[in-house]
Amino acid sequence: MENKLLIAKSETLWNTDNRVIYLISGLIILLFALPFFGLNSFYLHLFIMIFMHAVMAQSWNVIAGFSGQISLGHGAFFGIGAYATSFFYIEYGISPWISMPFGILVSGFFAVLIGIPMLRLSGHYFAIATLLIGISFQVVFQRWDLVGAASGLWVPMTAEDSWSALQFHSSKVSYYYIFLVFFIVTFFIVWLLSRSKLGYRLRAVRDDPQAALSLCINVSNYKIIAYVISAMIMAPMGSLFAQYILIIDPDRVFNIEISIIVLLITVLGGIGNVWGPIIGASILIPISEYSRIYLGGTGGAVDLIIYGLILMIICIFRPDGLISFVPKDILERKKQR
Amino acid sequence: MTSEIILQAIVTGLMMGLIYALIAAGLSLIFGLMDIVNFAHGEHLMLSMFSSFWLWSLFGLDPIFSIPITILLMAFCGVITHYFLIRYILKAKMLIQICATFGLSIFIRSIAQLLWTPDFRNVDKPLLEGRLEIGSVFIGQPQLIASLVCLVAFIGLYLFVTKTETGLALQATAQDRHAAEILGIPSNKMFAIGWAIGLGCVGVAGGMMANYFFIFTDVGINFALFAFVAVALGGFGSIIGCLYAGIIIGLVESLGGLLIDPSFKLLYVFVIYLLVVIYRPQGLFGRY
Repeated sequence: MENKLLIAKSETLWNTDNRVIYLISGLIILLFALPFFGLNSFYLHLFIMIFMHAVMAQSWNVIAGFSGQISLGHGAFFGIGAYATSFFYIEYGISPWISMPFGILVSGFFAVLIGIPMLRLSGHYFAIATLLIGISFQVVFQRWDLVGAASGLWVPMTAEDSWSALQFHSSKVSYYYIFLVFFIVTFFIVWLLSRSKLGYRLRAVRDDPQAALSLCINVSNYKIIAYVISAMIMAPMGSLFAQYILIIDPDRVFNIEISIIVLLITVLGGIGNVWGPIIGASILIPISEYSRIYLGGTGGAVDLIIYGLILMIICIFRPDGLISFVPKDILERKKQR
Repeated sequence: MTSEIILQAIVTGLMMGLIYALIAAGLSLIFGLMDIVNFAHGEHLMLSMFSSFWLWSLFGLDPIFSIPITILLMAFCGVITHYFLIRYILKAKMLIQICATFGLSIFIRSIAQLLWTPDFRNVDKPLLEGRLEIGSVFIGQPQLIASLVCLVAFIGLYLFVTKTETGLALQATAQDRHAAEILGIPSNKMFAIGWAIGLGCVGVAGGMMANYFFIFTDVGINFALFAFVAVALGGFGSIIGCLYAGIIIGLVESLGGLLIDPSFKLLYVFVIYLLVVIYRPQGLFGRY
């Protein structure tokens, strides 16, 4: 207890080891420079998928890692984001750049709507409720004729590359940069969040709700805030994904596999840690893409077998994820003097 | 909409409800015993249906005769699950426990998909076939027998837990693991027994359903969801609560499907779940 107090006192918002700052800056520059080395489109795709899944996992990390509520239906917000942009582009020709913020707002609104009754539940009850919510969204969209029901939406292709319609057919480099920027911005936001008062309060809520309550932290309000932030991070990834593949249907964007993979990435990398999702995504997504290439994707489901196995092994042997192999003083804060 | 149709829906719902009740009872037993929700419950149900199917397909054993084998296989599967996975996560955080059983569910389902492909199968010409006509209500014979067997199994389970020595030891472990250990009840063994019995229940339900239900790798998801809801509705850890909850869910499912729209069955059950967990979090018959 004494020790924890000391750590908390010595900790300021920006007190990170310089080596880490250099490493991160170097990595960001490298990632920006990468397309100039002439990556072929498979590698661009791989990196795009890594960025996308890292952000999605980061979104899940905010609700599960920081505030301790396990959501098993996070794919719902991904789908909302995807449908928001595609629907408005197809029906009214509104640019995805305008409808994406709208999708984020709708997603946040739904998070409030779902969160208010459900975040009063705790533990297993919440997990089961979110599992049901994820599937309910899929069921509703499968029957909703306005948005194409089960056959989904086809985004009409523009004749040539267009920034306003967010479609690039000649090369994936532009997508790469868009996803990269979203990736960096999201991580910066979550990193700030994790070191802000809000972040500390969320962790207090996670670790000991009773104690948090006694310190005048409104537990259920903070859970809802975390849920809304998490949903709003998830939604733009859905929008970008829809523009990336240009065809969405309920089975694809509301698939339970999305909820599974964000959970898996975060748990693999390290839950409750900002760096966890990056590590998880950069290990898991290559495994998944390569297994799809070499072992065949559809029907075989080999990548899912690997996911399940990894998840169980991690839970048994390394519940804190791969990040726990890194010495804590390098990543979190300067060594105590 | 005549009264006959409604009566028919009630009978159908009742029969489904008894099956849900038995599946939920297995889940509830495991939860009450060690505070772990088995998110792979649906996949275990799927395994038991496939075991019944393969015994029929390879050895020509009718599902109704292969029930004991299926139960034994599932009980064995439960012990294995406990020994290789659950044992290690007993003391872990809840989050890790959820992730671990969730991982197990993904693993089992995708292995099954790889081995048996996602095709729909069914047992061709089982011994139990045809339907009865009572008044104006049609009752499928396999469904009727299945729900009766489930009811009997449920009563058996209830008597076992409340009357026998092992059952009482299970209850003692559920109430206070450490106190029970002091009294000489090995909790690890009790957990293994709990898993064996819990999955044995699923074995009965799956084996009976193999008579008339389509057998495919995703079959368990809906049943597992309904079982989760039934357990929450009956009160986590309460076995007798599962019986009522299962019947309520079966009735809501079939009546909702009849009166409103059958494609949203899941949503009606979901609404019930939300109402219960918000207004009565201990469940209808919960002991907490």
